[in-house]
Amino acid sequence: MATLEIKDLHVSVVSEDAPKEILKGVDLTIKAGETHAIMGPNGSGKSTLSYAIAGHPKYTITSGTVTLDGEDVLEMSVDERARAGLFLAMQYPVEVPGVSMSNFLRTAATAVRGEAPALRHWVKEVKAAMSDLDIDPAFAERSVNEGFSGGEKKRHEILQLGLLQPKVAILDETDSGLDVDALRVVSEGVNRYKASGEVGVMLITHYTRILKYIEPDFVHVFANGRIVESGGRELADQLEAEGYVKYTGKSEAAALS
Amino acid sequence: MAALSTQPHSHGAVVPVTSRAEHFTSYDVNAFEVPGGREEIWRFTPLKRLAGLHSGAAATGSTAVEVNAAAGVTVETVGRDDSRLGTAGVPGDRVAAQAYSSFENATVVTLPGDAKSEPTTVTVTGPGAGAVAYGHIQVKASQFAEGTVILDFRGSGAYADNIEFLVADGAHLTVITIHDWADDAVHVSQHHMKLGRDATLRHTVVTLGGDVVRVTPVVQYAGRGGDAELFGLYFADAGQHQEHRPFIDHGQPNCRSNVVYKGALQGEGAHAVWIGDVLIRVAAEGTETFELNRNLILTDGARADSVPNLEIETGEIEGAGHASATGRFDDEQLFYLQARGIPEEQARRLVVRGFFQELIAKIAVPEVRERLEAAIEAELEAVGA
Repeated sequence: MATLEIKDLHVSVVSEDAPKEILKGVDLTIKAGETHAIMGPNGSGKSTLSYAIAGHPKYTITSGTVTLDGEDVLEMSVDERARAGLFLAMQYPVEVPGVSMSNFLRTAATAVRGEAPALRHWVKEVKAAMSDLDIDPAFAERSVNEGFSGGEKKRHEILQLGLLQPKVAILDETDSGLDVDALRVVSEGVNRYKASGEVGVMLITHYTRILKYIEPDFVHVFANGRIVESGGRELADQLEAEGYVKYTGKSEAAALS
Repeated sequence: MAALSTQPHSHGAVVPVTSRAEHFTSYDVNAFEVPGGREEIWRFTPLKRLAGLHSGAAATGSTAVEVNAAAGVTVETVGRDDSRLGTAGVPGDRVAAQAYSSFENATVVTLPGDAKSEPTTVTVTGPGAGAVAYGHIQVKASQFAEGTVILDFRGSGAYADNIEFLVADGAHLTVITIHDWADDAVHVSQHHMKLGRDATLRHTVVTLGGDVVRVTPVVQYAGRGGDAELFGLYFADAGQHQEHRPFIDHGQPNCRSNVVYKGALQGEGAHAVWIGDVLIRVAAEGTETFELNRNLILTDGARADSVPNLEIETGEIEGAGHASATGRFDDEQLFYLQARGIPEEQARRLVVRGFFQELIAKIAVPEVRERLEAAIEAELEAVGA
């Protein structure tokens, strides 16, 4: 039973002059089988939370702990965290020119699984996973994310999620910029991952619409660098109706009207 | 029909003080002043490390030239008086003129006309540490010839040469020059390329070894429809100076050129210089040209200078542009790969290999391609990048 435990996490980013605190004491525990939606207005620090857990060098942990099954995540390098079972589906996946998607996927799978997958099975596995996400097989020979549309990038993030089978997946605004069809395809991919085993999901989103496809067990409102309210599905419905005004003092919709 | 496009780059479009058209050339070494280092064409070059190639050093040794010729390809060793020599171009600086004035024998490689030949390899081994040598090579692709010539430079010493590439009407010539010198070697080389009507030349320069390597590839067109692709791939380590100065002289209508040079640099004092000149003369209507240089700085202490120059004397062109960018290793790419479990060292290699992939993929000779991939791996391992 995988458990990601975040306790009193404080994170700063080094800006031009002085370090600026962005996360101001985040407490959150995600257990296997649970889906936690983190909802918050722009600039509340949701993305910082995801990058800090993944270990992006831009962010400095000033205090607090993050553990995965009791192991200290903050002591691990970025790649060690991934091999330990953490996955971050990024809001803006990075282009890596000259590295083919197929080479990248196989290299990543080899690293995470600890051995190179048998070629025959691997080719089938990738083909099936791409087909599930309506990805044209030709993408396998294209450079990683290079020239991909926003929707294509997100599909490929979920493709990696399915192939790498982490213990806990953090999805950072995976729904942003997706049209209705792409949102459905991507959500189905997340649901297949959820159904595949005892895994935990942290679903970071600004809008409630993805929650029509992916059922959250818990909803947390994120504002000003911390979780300010937690509840169930009904909290999302409330956000849909009222927006974030209650938490920020200014009107910002959580639903696309 | 005039379409002029430029892309953003780091240095701005530099209009040279004097037109490239007025650039002085001569076969006679004495027609050139000994450079002092402040001249435009020498200002990036560490003259002190040239072992006197620029200031009249006499030959004290010679190179060994070995040719592994494909069937049908003719190889000759000829004297200075052979009337075919010097027809592809005139030396454009003092070292090239010194080499032209000093070589004893020249190697002439001729690809048969109207036929396809297998790759021919010319291996040149330097005169040895502390010695100075001059040389001359001519490669001719006869009318409608199709073939590949690999020039492989190895060994030690200081060496200057002129290499001529005559691509006759309708011929397709592929050239791969590999500078795989020992650490002490100094090589100053001018490549003279002349393309006939509808001739195609794909010219790749690879620079890996040597203390100082300075290559000046010059392309001229003798008829319409010429198509020149110039690719360069270099990897400069601590203390190495690698300078590439391609010049495309568009003097005929409806010709095309495409220049892509990419280099990686690592270590204290690694220095790469790229000066890309393109001149589109009044007569060269319908020209299409693009030049690009990219540098990837892997560590502190390395330096890349990149200067694209584009001179256009007619508005009646298909298109002309250039781009140049020098950047540090992209940490976001590294983060992305690591976030998928790939260890840092392996991730770095993937990114650098990816950087060169576009050029390596264009090398049609599998043995050369594999050798380059292995060389890049070895370069990366050397510094533990």
